[in-house]
Amino acid sequence: MRKLISLLLMAAAFSVAAGEAPSASADPALEARVQAISEELRCLVCQNQTIADSHAELAIDLKNQVREMLKKGMSNKQVVSFMVERYGDFVLYRPPVKNTTWLLWFGPFLLFAAGLGVLYFKLRRRGDRKIQALSAEDHAAAVKLLNDGKDLS
Amino acid sequence: MRRFILPLGIFFVLIGFLAAGLKLNPREVPSPFIGKPAPAFNLVQLHDEGKTIAPEHLKGQVWLLNVWASWCVSCRQEHPVLIDLSRRGIVPIIGLDYKDEREAGISWLLQHGNPYSISAYDRDGRVGIDYGVYGVPETFVIDKKGVIRMKHTGPLTPESLDNKIIPLVKELQGA
Repeated sequence: MRKLISLLLMAAAFSVAAGEAPSASADPALEARVQAISEELRCLVCQNQTIADSHAELAIDLKNQVREMLKKGMSNKQVVSFMVERYGDFVLYRPPVKNTTWLLWFGPFLLFAAGLGVLYFKLRRRGDRKIQALSAEDHAAAVKLLNDGKDLS
Repeated sequence: MRRFILPLGIFFVLIGFLAAGLKLNPREVPSPFIGKPAPAFNLVQLHDEGKTIAPEHLKGQVWLLNVWASWCVSCRQEHPVLIDLSRRGIVPIIGLDYKDEREAGISWLLQHGNPYSISAYDRDGRVGIDYGVYGVPETFVIDKKGVIRMKHTGPLTPESLDNKIIPLVKELQGA
């Protein structure tokens, strides 16, 4: 009897298959736009996530706001600047390239170029140093060490 | 020995950047509204559904807009500071009840005291988004012409009141 019950329970459990969450509006093109814009906006509560990923209440509110604005016919650019007007540049997940963020965007490349430059000059200087020939004594000592003291002659 | 001076110098410069960066608080997102007019709204009052409140009703005086909610723990933390400020009578405080249930908001104020001359009821948080609110509590200082002069994110403290907000309010009131 117990086996039958557990079998029935398992069958019931498998009959529930998780489907994809239904999109909020019936229009998949709109949802795709909402998703695209949401991936460019930062969630200000969970600041390392986009509002597409974040489950914070503010993120959900902002996504709804985006959806509403798109339904009203605003362009992607208008929606994004709406958000920037209210939350500042920080709401853009990718920092804009401005004078103030120039160092942020190009700094790593500058450092890399500087590093390459230092490497180049160091190598050049090392090449200028002359290699001194070993004296006869040093040569014999080296051979001895390499042969581990054994006399191979 | 001398060849270590350059890497050491660079190291200290980097340490300097790190020290400065560690002091920055990413939660304090600067408001793009400083110096700009307070976004208009026309919300129903919390205590009186028949009446509305809008920033233009307050033109001609300096006022504080404090965003709060009954579910917000930090708001409880700053509440005594607000009550104290309201008793001092320096500046009117208008509350914005953000994403709250009306009854919950009203009873919260009954329970903990009401420092607000009027509370606006922002049920869906849209006015909050218009003001760039991303966390509760937040406090805005708005001048006589309706221009936002300062935004304080997080709970108010006696220090921030005495050192930043009250001096600014007094300066704006004198203008």
